[in-house]
Amino acid sequence: MSGDVGPADDATAGVAAADDTGDGDAADRPSAGGPLVAVRDLTVSFGDIEAVSGVDLTVERGTLVGLVGPNGAGKTTALRAITGALEADEGDVRLDGDPTSELSAREVARRVASVPQETGLSFDFPVRHVVEMGRTPYLGRFDGHDAEDAAAVDEAMAAAGVERFADRSITEVSGGERQRVLLARALAQETPTLLLDEPTASLDVNHAVATMELVRDIADDGRAAIAAIHDLDMAARYCDRIVVIAGGRVRADGPPADVLDAAAVRDAFDAEAFVGRNPATGTPAVTAFPRSEVDSRRVHVVGTGPDAARVVARLAAAGHETSLGVVPEGDAAAVAAADASARVVTVPPFAGVDDESLAAASELAADADVAVVVGGDGGYSDGTDPYRMDSCDRIAGAVERVVEVPSDVAGEDLLAAVADATA
Amino acid sequence: MRVRRRAVAWSTALAAALAVVVVVSAGIGPVRIPPAEVLKIVLNAAVVPAGVEFGTAGVGPLALPGVEFAYRSPFAFPVDDVHRRIVLLVRLPRILLAALVGFSLAAAGTVMQGFFRNPMADPSIIGVSSGAAVGAVSFIVFPVALSTTLTLPLLGAVDVGVSYGAGVSLFAFVGALVAAFGVYAIATRHGRTPVATLLLAGVAVQTFLGAVISYLQLRAGESLRRIVAWLMGHLSGAAWSEVAVAALVVPPLFAVLLAYARDLNVLLLGEEEARGLGIAVERTKRILLATSALITAAGVAFAGIIGFVGLIVPHMLRLVVGPDHRILLPTAALSGGAFLVAADTAARSGTAELPVGVVTAAVGAPFFVYLLMNREVYEL
Repeated sequence: MSGDVGPADDATAGVAAADDTGDGDAADRPSAGGPLVAVRDLTVSFGDIEAVSGVDLTVERGTLVGLVGPNGAGKTTALRAITGALEADEGDVRLDGDPTSELSAREVARRVASVPQETGLSFDFPVRHVVEMGRTPYLGRFDGHDAEDAAAVDEAMAAAGVERFADRSITEVSGGERQRVLLARALAQETPTLLLDEPTASLDVNHAVATMELVRDIADDGRAAIAAIHDLDMAARYCDRIVVIAGGRVRADGPPADVLDAAAVRDAFDAEAFVGRNPATGTPAVTAFPRSEVDSRRVHVVGTGPDAARVVARLAAAGHETSLGVVPEGDAAAVAAADASARVVTVPPFAGVDDESLAAASELAADADVAVVVGGDGGYSDGTDPYRMDSCDRIAGAVERVVEVPSDVAGEDLLAAVADATA
Repeated sequence: MRVRRRAVAWSTALAAALAVVVVVSAGIGPVRIPPAEVLKIVLNAAVVPAGVEFGTAGVGPLALPGVEFAYRSPFAFPVDDVHRRIVLLVRLPRILLAALVGFSLAAAGTVMQGFFRNPMADPSIIGVSSGAAVGAVSFIVFPVALSTTLTLPLLGAVDVGVSYGAGVSLFAFVGALVAAFGVYAIATRHGRTPVATLLLAGVAVQTFLGAVISYLQLRAGESLRRIVAWLMGHLSGAAWSEVAVAALVVPPLFAVLLAYARDLNVLLLGEEEARGLGIAVERTKRILLATSALITAAGVAFAGIIGFVGLIVPHMLRLVVGPDHRILLPTAALSGGAFLVAADTAARSGTAELPVGVVTAAVGAPFFVYLLMNREVYEL
């Protein structure tokens, strides 16, 4: 995909050249250095309701910032305020150093391009014509499209992968194709900053990844992008920074690995979450669960493998203080426990359970309100090793209350069992 | 560039079609005149300025005191003098006025449909027609106002005299603009004019003005017949002076609309997206509204309320040339001219003359139904 994207120099040269021919707005020339977007103490209200209050957001060149948060958090409002479509009640938005309120619509359109979630267009314009509309901020009233405009349009259509249906009507293409047409239109604007509102919402996996790769490349070219994204895994994978917005306020702002933890998700989305690692990309992978409203307990888990991992993840997400052991190093359950910041007793792989680790695990268990044994025997038994069976019993024996759950236990049943045992 | 070529090609073809319709129409009537003779009469009447003389009293269409333009007619075909008079004094002014009015209404209708993002909008949607009707009807009912108000300098550039017809036109024109401005003022808050509010304000004002018209009709007495004729649209009795005024007013206004054709395309995306693409939305809307109101007012002032031209012609042309206003606007305007000339020809060539509004509505309503049946209607 990245091969389709025009070289960085072309894109920036296009912007600069257009500025040279611009109608005398010298202030429009991007200044070197300084953030491309600087939002300070932004408050926007609709009537009595503050959709966004006191938001600060700075976007430097070369960065892709992900805006995440629940529905109605104020992400779209923040994006609309950046383009000047909404007026700020308080605070200010600066684009490349200049306040949005002092820039004309045309000047703003040369600095920021938006990819909206949907377009209101219901007349059957050909796709190519819609992309050509992206050149509007560079055209005088009586200008036609020149070679430079045509090149920008071709490049944008190739990058967004919409050439195949360039001559079809915008009213006839699918929702996902429409979204890519809007992306192409924004690319044709050749702005230093790109704002995307749920750019992957109606795309299939292939095009969702292609879109994010494209936006990533744009950021790597020294431009900047802000994307409101619901897919937290996608956000973690591609963004340099994640800004968590909830209730109109910024709850967290930083690199994905720092920002996306279970507490942040619980706080922002009002959902229980387990944040693991995506094994393919190594970036945080968020799994959300419905809110269970259980009282927090100390729970020790006895078991190994993916089944125990699931149990640890669900317990941790529900807010239980979880520990695990004994498990071999690198076991799926050990990885999950590490991601959930749970205490865990491990032994080297294939080493078997020694007395020392057994004692450590028993101590953790003794400290717990309840022990959960996964799969009846904690998965320790392969039917040949009576010592292992015994170790399960010895750890569980350290706790007063023991719950045995089947290896395929459902999340709700697990939480209910723990709640019953500790009631 | 491809767009410009298409626009020029379509416009040239339709301008030629309009010319043909005009020539054919001028031959149709109680006295049949072959198109070739009409053409000869028109060419004979064409004059070119051949020189300027000073000192004598001015004559001719560009008369200035003390300056006399000498004219030369390059053609001198032998034609029947009665036919010449019929074509030049009776039929041609009416036909050309029809062409200009149709042109204005179709242009304004195209802009309104784009502006409201609704192919069912027409020029009357912002109250222009109702306002014109109230102006014209109140003048017809209370012609006393004649002596006080015709001192307005609007038509001063052309020597129209203080005729009854000019008074009706002037009142209609002013009424149209007042109504349009009223709708705009009602819908505007804090410098923003939401299109949906504008639409509803237009409906409210139209309803109110409709009540005023009904009341005036009750009070009309003797002049009721004249009111009905005006309300149904009429082009009979058109004078060259009216054609001259329309020909002076319409082209510059149309040029403004044409200059905003691309902005109109972008506005179809919705106001926020248009703004994101660098369109100064509120200013563009004001310019488009004011220009459409003026060009519509110029049309209805002379011809009364002629429905369906501004609604159907843009829609038909959109089906043919597509939604791009750079092509749609000139082609719809030219087609509107041709359509109204043809409709008026039909209106006057029957045994009893019909108001042209009856013909356009009789053709237009079935077409409207056809559009509904074919689901060409977009949701409001």
